[in-house]
Amino acid sequence: MEITVTVNGEKTEADIEPRNLLVHFLREDLRLTGTHVGCDTSHCGACTVLLDGLPVKSCTVLAVQTDGRDVTTVEGLAQNGELHPIQEAFKEEHGLQCGFCTPGMMLTSAALLEQTPDPTEEDIRWALSGNICRCTGYMNIVKAVQWASSKMKAEATDSGS
Amino acid sequence: MFPSRFEYVAPRSLEEALSTLAGRGDEAKVLAGGQSLIPLLKLRFASPALIVDLNRVPGLSYLEESDGHLRIGALARNRDVVASQTLEAGYPTIAAAAPLVSDPIVRNLGTVAGSLAHADPAGDWGSVMLALGAEVTVRSASGDRTIPVADFLVDTFTTSLEPTEVITEIRVPKPEGSSGGTYLKLERKVGDFATVAVAVQLALDDGRIGRAGIALTAVGPKNIQAIDAERSLAGAEPTPESFQEAARLAADAASPISDVRGSADYKRAVVRTFVQRGLDRALELARAS
Ligand SMILES: Cc1cc2nc3c(=O)[nH]c(=O)nc-3n(C[C@H](O)[C@H](O)[C@H](O)COP(=O)(O)OP(=O)(O)OC[C@H]3O[C@@H](n4cnc5c(N)ncnc54)[C@H](O)[C@@H]3O)c2cc1C
Ligand code: FES
Ligand code: FES
Repeated sequence: MEITVTVNGEKTEADIEPRNLLVHFLREDLRLTGTHVGCDTSHCGACTVLLDGLPVKSCTVLAVQTDGRDVTTVEGLAQNGELHPIQEAFKEEHGLQCGFCTPGMMLTSAALLEQTPDPTEEDIRWALSGNICRCTGYMNIVKAVQWASSKMKAEATDSGS
Repeated sequence: MFPSRFEYVAPRSLEEALSTLAGRGDEAKVLAGGQSLIPLLKLRFASPALIVDLNRVPGLSYLEESDGHLRIGALARNRDVVASQTLEAGYPTIAAAAPLVSDPIVRNLGTVAGSLAHADPAGDWGSVMLALGAEVTVRSASGDRTIPVADFLVDTFTTSLEPTEVITEIRVPKPEGSSGGTYLKLERKVGDFATVAVAVQLALDDGRIGRAGIALTAVGPKNIQAIDAERSLAGAEPTPESFQEAARLAADAASPISDVRGSADYKRAVVRTFVQRGLDRALELARAS
């Protein structure tokens, strides 16, 4: 089946089988391997991408469902060679160890900050409760989201003045 | 893991979806949020020849109050239910349950209607809708019918939906007068299915109990309406004794099995405790309303 989907801002046409899952389409057809397969059973959130701005588990979406829609993967976070504040934040606050959960964590966090620029710790933990991390214990992930929130607010103020 | 081959259509109108199902319903599966169906396809527990994706059908995403009902459209997402401000006051049982259904990412896609159609005995919405006395409106090419949720949920993963029908909306009667309710869920972690959960709804009529709704999650082959417990409350005074008796009857109605989430005895004890706590909370809300 022919689909046209915008991936990380780029219009992409593809001819795919309906049973192809979004995560495989991204990783194998488009070679965007930043989206990870963890559990493959809809539980861990390692495969999280944004579909029209909302986090979804790409192992539990058919690629054909994205026809005409917008998908953002971790590769789409950096703009013009500049890291997204959430990427910078994970680096600054050591929000990762093995890094396997990190793409999903960052995309869910980016979507949260889009809607709630000034989240409480509770908001952050709640928003990230569908993403599992086996390494960090979450402390530094929460700190990273707080760091990104401050940075983004500062940038907004700068560009506003 | 990936599903076995199927044909995929994404109709742009309900009529188109229904005429497809009228011809090929037997070999088709309707796709809503996909958060139960796609895992089943991947595990090959389901291998339909045709997937009818409802997501392109316009006008099914509503969540609104009209003609004395809360009407939940077939494509209203669990995310929308969590976000709705109107539910807290009028439908506290729904407001309490919504944030406990799966996790935030799954809720971005999963629907209330899909949950009912899936008929998982560990599904949360089945119990909530039983306690609230809700109905399901379904449509096929030959017309509509409205089915009480109690008749809709037949058995484990089995409903009274015909293969040619889709759910168009869920209709929850607006609780009248002084009423309250809640949903209590014991889960091992966020996003887990319930070890045990209980939905409770209570209406007061001149200080006595009017209608009472009690339903149980994950303690039987389907969501269980605790009918004897409900009857024991109707017309009774809302006292600790009447609540204790209802909790005992509800625990009797449960038929849990021992599994990784807990022993049968433990789960039955949780039902009793939760029904009692739920009734206390429902009474508190009813008196305040
Ligand atoms: C990690 C995870 C955790 C979860 N935790 C919970 C939980 O704690 N509690 C809980 O209740 N659920 C839980 N779920 C299930 C989740 O809530 C699903 O979203 C829900 O069960 C199905 O809704 P859906 O819209 O995704 O339906 P789908 O997966 O699209 O469909 C499910 C079934 O319903 C049928 N169907 C869907 N819509 C219609 C319609 N309008 N008319 C006719 N048939 C229809 C489909 O054909 C299919 O048989 C969880 C799921 C996951 C992946
Ligand atoms: S790989 Fe998709 S949720 Fe784990
Ligand atoms: S950093 Fe290893 S799983 Fe999160």
